[in-house]
Amino acid sequence: MRAPPTRIANLTDLLHAAARGRKTLVPKYPKILVGMASCGLAAGADEVYEAIQEEIARLQLPYVVASTGCVGWCSQEPLVDVCLPHKPRITYGRMDPHKARQLVQGLRDGQLKSEWAIGLLTGHDEPVARTRTRYSKLSAHVDGVPRYEDLDLFRHQVRLVTRNCGVIDPASLDEYIARSGYFALHWALTAMRPEEIIKEVVGSGLRGRGGAGFPTGKKWEVMRRQPATPKYIICNADEGDPGAYMDRAVLEGDPHTVLEGMTIGAYAMGASEGVIYVREEYPLAVKRMLEAIAQAESAGLLGDNIFHSGFNFRIRVVRGAGAFVCGEETALIASVEGRVGEPRQRPPYPAQSGLGGKPTCINNVETWANIPVIVMRGGDWYARMGTKSSKGTKVFCLVGAIKNPTLIEVPMGITLRQIVYEIGGGVPQGRKFKAIQTGGPSGGCIPESMLDLEVDYESLTQAGAIMGSGGMIVMDSSTCMVDIARYFLTFLADESCGKCFSCRKGLQRMRQIVTRITEGRGSEADLELIEDLGWMVRETSLCGLGQTAPNPVLSTLRYFRDEYLAHVREKRCPAKVCKELITYRIEPTLCDGCGACVRVCTSAAILGEKKKTHTIDNARCIKCGSCLEVCQAQAVIVE
Amino acid sequence: MSATADIDAILGSRWERAENLIPVLQDIQSRFHYLPEAALRAVAQRFRVPLPQVFHVATFYNCFSLEPRGRHHVQVCLGTACHVRGGQRILDKVLRELNLPASGTTADFEFTVEPVRCLGCCALAPVMRVDQRTYGQLQQSRVPKVLKGYRKPALATA
Repeated sequence: MRAPPTRIANLTDLLHAAARGRKTLVPKYPKILVGMASCGLAAGADEVYEAIQEEIARLQLPYVVASTGCVGWCSQEPLVDVCLPHKPRITYGRMDPHKARQLVQGLRDGQLKSEWAIGLLTGHDEPVARTRTRYSKLSAHVDGVPRYEDLDLFRHQVRLVTRNCGVIDPASLDEYIARSGYFALHWALTAMRPEEIIKEVVGSGLRGRGGAGFPTGKKWEVMRRQPATPKYIICNADEGDPGAYMDRAVLEGDPHTVLEGMTIGAYAMGASEGVIYVREEYPLAVKRMLEAIAQAESAGLLGDNIFHSGFNFRIRVVRGAGAFVCGEETALIASVEGRVGEPRQRPPYPAQSGLGGKPTCINNVETWANIPVIVMRGGDWYARMGTKSSKGTKVFCLVGAIKNPTLIEVPMGITLRQIVYEIGGGVPQGRKFKAIQTGGPSGGCIPESMLDLEVDYESLTQAGAIMGSGGMIVMDSSTCMVDIARYFLTFLADESCGKCFSCRKGLQRMRQIVTRITEGRGSEADLELIEDLGWMVRETSLCGLGQTAPNPVLSTLRYFRDEYLAHVREKRCPAKVCKELITYRIEPTLCDGCGACVRVCTSAAILGEKKKTHTIDNARCIKCGSCLEVCQAQAVIVE
Repeated sequence: MSATADIDAILGSRWERAENLIPVLQDIQSRFHYLPEAALRAVAQRFRVPLPQVFHVATFYNCFSLEPRGRHHVQVCLGTACHVRGGQRILDKVLRELNLPASGTTADFEFTVEPVRCLGCCALAPVMRVDQRTYGQLQQSRVPKVLKGYRKPALATA
């Protein structure tokens, strides 16, 4: 049982809490940590956790098992970390309950099971206070296990926003404070004037991490100047872009950093109430934030007279209801007010007239999480990282056709090639890289020839994509770019709120035309038509959804026109994806007649006796791909 | 407890603030697994807003359903990463397994199958969620096994 939280009202209280947190963060007893964010749980982390707990109890060992957030090593989930006193922390990948039990038994017998270990850590950098959480003074020395800093995955990373993800127990306020949490808030409230904070944020060059990249400091200055009260701030955690989950990782892995960032922002802008708008598809994130708010309230870090400064601030959580458009700020405000999420004309901007007609500042999760670091280390320090126009670091989710799917935080200006090949390990199964999709449904597909692009807001926009929230989906030769265009158009046509005719009808028409092309019924004139329609939707829609909706189609047309032409001229899908344009057959020279395909075939389309070559009856085949999945001899050919 | 009493309990004193409309509907949705017409009428009356306005909100957001949903909620992720890795095939497989022509609810009200935009577990694509539990790195061949665990015991052995 956790002790009831004590009130934290001054620096001494903070230091006491930090000392308490260090006792569990770097304990004097062996501690086993399990990564229990949503993705870890999906991979089976809860069973691993239970197995470890049972084994410790069964063997009556003085060990403690705890949960932590997502370190970003997604390809190795479920992850288990072992922290022995004065020893480097060891990470084990792809654990299961059986291996977990053996791991505990091994630890009892003094064996580290290094064959399952995938990384070693002597400590974690602590960027807020420029220190380091140290596990071991010695450098790493467990047989053959690489150190994190030598791994390609972590070598390029600078972790500011994700500094505590996978390090602390997200349910422990003390551990957050032990990692210098709430010291920035204390400093801001007791030693800085609001104008000084805004000056640092302006100086940092921080731009909105939700996608559009509006300078955060500038937004704050406008807010600060508004005479109307009360003022509100909102944390936009409606992470709707498919393929992006960094906000979820932060909310689940380090909820207090979001609260601290928001509270500092509220003080700087003179706001008295905050809202965190979380999408309902993230139940664990909602739970973590509610827990964190309750902890902060009972410790006095939210509420009245925080750190005896006379500053009052409260935060509440509002659950989204499943509408992509609510990521747009005016639609989000409408949703918080209990109405349908339809965007409205700007100006007036929310900073002038937002929630309930009062000044409202909306920033994304990642933006808020940067604030404690910027306030403590100064805007100049932050601005030293990145490119001329885009400063600091950015969190990316690298997924799709990639060897090591991962969540990374890297300085702006890193090249796409470094991200895909050095960090992600390239494309698996010997396939060929085709494109990287950034920016979600508002973004675009960037081809191989542009992989040396240095990533920042401007360069991605020039390439026909956008930064967006930071999802990066790698596509290989098995992905059809026309099908991708159809996919995004379907998404956007469904999610268009319907307010603007051009977006509502334009996207439906574009979807129809592209679907026609994927079915082999398109013509070359269709390509011009979708370009025209795309231009029209972009120029005549009110909000960001409509204005960027044509990007996926236009960018694929720009870089992969030959694929469109193959569909319309030759009625052929080069990637062999579009169902109407492909057929399945079994290569007689490869088929060993094992019968696996016959058993899984849902439409009884595969004929042939055991041990003899099988054939597919194309009249019956529904092209579900089940046979392709089970054939060990790779005899199923798609043409 | 009767359904009306449930709705009254959910409403509490929250009708006093218009901004509580969506949270109230969310609570009704999670209690009944859909929004019954009687509940929408009661909500409109208590919030003192026209029924069409409540209907507008209830049909705008994806998390609400006006049709009764099945006992188990199957959400197959069709986010970009899942799409690239064959999410659509998983959805088709689930529908075939449950004899559904398209997304919707089975005749015995055991399952409701719906595609979902993104569950945020993209590294484990393709992914699906049944009730609270998420399954990653799915293959079509694993789908029947996953669903079997949620069928009624009598049916599971059949």
